[in-house]
Amino acid sequence: MMKGVAVSPGIGIGKAFLLIEPDIRINSSRIESECCEEELNRLNTAAEVSQEQLKAIYKKALERMGRKDAEIIKAHIMILEDPFFMDAIREKITSSQITAENALKQTIEEHVQMFKEIEDPYIRERAADISDVGMRFLKNLLGISFQNLDDIEEDIILVGYEITPSQMAMLDRKYIKGIVSETGGITSHTAIIARNMDIPAVLGVSGIMEVIKENQLIAIDGYKGIVEVDPDSDRRKELFDSLARKNAIRKKLSWLINAQTRTRDGKQVELLGNIGKPDEALEALQKGAEGIGLFRTEFLYMDRSTMPDEEEQFEAYKKAAAVMDGRPVIIRTLDIGGDKEIPYFNLPKEANPFLGWRAIRVCFEMKEMFKAQLRAILRAGAFGNVRLMYPMIATVDEVARANSILEEARQELRERGEAFDEQMKVGIMVEIPSAAITSDHIIKEVDFFSIGTNDLTQYTLAVDRMNEKVSSIYKKFSPSVLRLIKKVIDVSHNEGKVTAICGELAGNPEACLLLLGLGLDEFSMNASSIIKIRKIITSVDFRQAELISKRAMELEDAVQIEEYLLQELKNLGLDYLLEL
Amino acid sequence: MVKKVVTIKNKTGLHARPASEFVKKASTYCSDIILRHKGKEINAKSIISVLTAGISMGTVVEICAEGPDEKESVEGLSELIQSNFGE
Repeated sequence: MMKGVAVSPGIGIGKAFLLIEPDIRINSSRIESECCEEELNRLNTAAEVSQEQLKAIYKKALERMGRKDAEIIKAHIMILEDPFFMDAIREKITSSQITAENALKQTIEEHVQMFKEIEDPYIRERAADISDVGMRFLKNLLGISFQNLDDIEEDIILVGYEITPSQMAMLDRKYIKGIVSETGGITSHTAIIARNMDIPAVLGVSGIMEVIKENQLIAIDGYKGIVEVDPDSDRRKELFDSLARKNAIRKKLSWLINAQTRTRDGKQVELLGNIGKPDEALEALQKGAEGIGLFRTEFLYMDRSTMPDEEEQFEAYKKAAAVMDGRPVIIRTLDIGGDKEIPYFNLPKEANPFLGWRAIRVCFEMKEMFKAQLRAILRAGAFGNVRLMYPMIATVDEVARANSILEEARQELRERGEAFDEQMKVGIMVEIPSAAITSDHIIKEVDFFSIGTNDLTQYTLAVDRMNEKVSSIYKKFSPSVLRLIKKVIDVSHNEGKVTAICGELAGNPEACLLLLGLGLDEFSMNASSIIKIRKIITSVDFRQAELISKRAMELEDAVQIEEYLLQELKNLGLDYLLEL
Repeated sequence: MVKKVVTIKNKTGLHARPASEFVKKASTYCSDIILRHKGKEINAKSIISVLTAGISMGTVVEICAEGPDEKESVEGLSELIQSNFGE
């Protein structure tokens, strides 16, 4: 079993189809001057063949990936038509008297280098397009055949060192059961296209190409980021059965996607989605989200070499707000540090990063950057129902400090005459015990709370989840954390305000009855959990949930609480949802 | 030869989509077309040259064309730039 990054959910089983990078040998000897003409002809023929291939791929891409993703292929065609690129190759052939393949290879390398040196991240990424199209051109020139992804007619899992958009465009959704690669992460082109095509994918699995052999059976879990090689027949049956059951359950529950989240006795709550990029808002909506409860803005800052400016952020936030069309979108300001590193911030290495300089603490010191983000969020508020949330708040004076910077940002926008939401609701993440304990003071300064249960648990129990020696102390249903959650909810209600949870607990079926019973107003989770949580809430009475939570809160041990909640779920006949 | 000085006013500059629109339009003319910018000469029919030139908002460029349709090409391209590429 191997682990990678789960970038596109689902389970896939199939034979491994290895994308092998061919061994390309370049004839680097000098050629006779009378042979140049022939080399130029070979070059032209290969360029034409490549163009024809790409035009066919573009047509398929339009059908399979949609216009936006297909534009990538269009860019490849333009590169092959580019006189600057083509002349550079021709010039090398004639003046240095080298073979077409040698000239082409050198030109690709030069161009890739040229793009890589450019500061602008968008342009720099085009280096990948040059290598992708350049490799096609080179293969055609050398008569190296392509692995034909188009003719695949059995269930396969595509495995490669790197899987490029042009390869993705060739895929027939029917037979591709999954994608695995050595490189790539959650925000790569491959990941985004896989999600759009609804193909389970696990990327960043190091060493996978050395382990897997052609046609070997593999199973991937795009929820957990797991790749299993050669599952035996029992395991296969288990996986197939579980896949079939999951699909059957999802199908049966699909009517709930557009339903309200109301208990049988009429108590209404909201189920929201957690996202990292504006594109995911639509996906969340399609999975039944009633809004976005957590927009993790740090993803806009990652995988690049410079900070996104106010305009770029504004466009991203505005997009999410527009997609959600009046439904709430809660945008959390930058949370870096801890386990989330961004190279160009040059944050110092710390002995205790989780207790160190992270999130709002960094923003206070980098005030101009913080204000640019605040202005972008405020402006997006003119285009939808946007709310603002500060992470890692420990004390009430930090809220006052953040709000005074927010007021400066508002003033700057007023001076610029820019449209923005003057009345934007402002809340905090409750993830430090200190904030939960003094929530009665903090609530007076904010409009809402959102509890980050993962960090709140690790800070309350003083346990690093990543440290195997102590990770068993970390328990989802720790009574101490549950008491803090109850306190925070009660405090907000006393002031006529609301509390959300945006940690893993919100999407946990066992926790659902407990949190509902404690009076939680908003549950924000990975959108694929929404349907099961909605099923539970719409199947019970609020009064029943209140009783269950009361009993659970009396228990003294996390394991007991979990067992009790599971039992209640079983009594209601809802435990089958745990499998989703 | 026909020349015209224009200022790039759209937000993203000659970048991404605007860059490919510009190159596509330039390629429809048969004249040789170059952009002069900071002493550099950029082939207007080359997406690679245009992208790597880093022409951002506020940049002043000179469009120069030579050939049978030099007048039309300079006019057509400066119109496209002045339309701000629909941004």
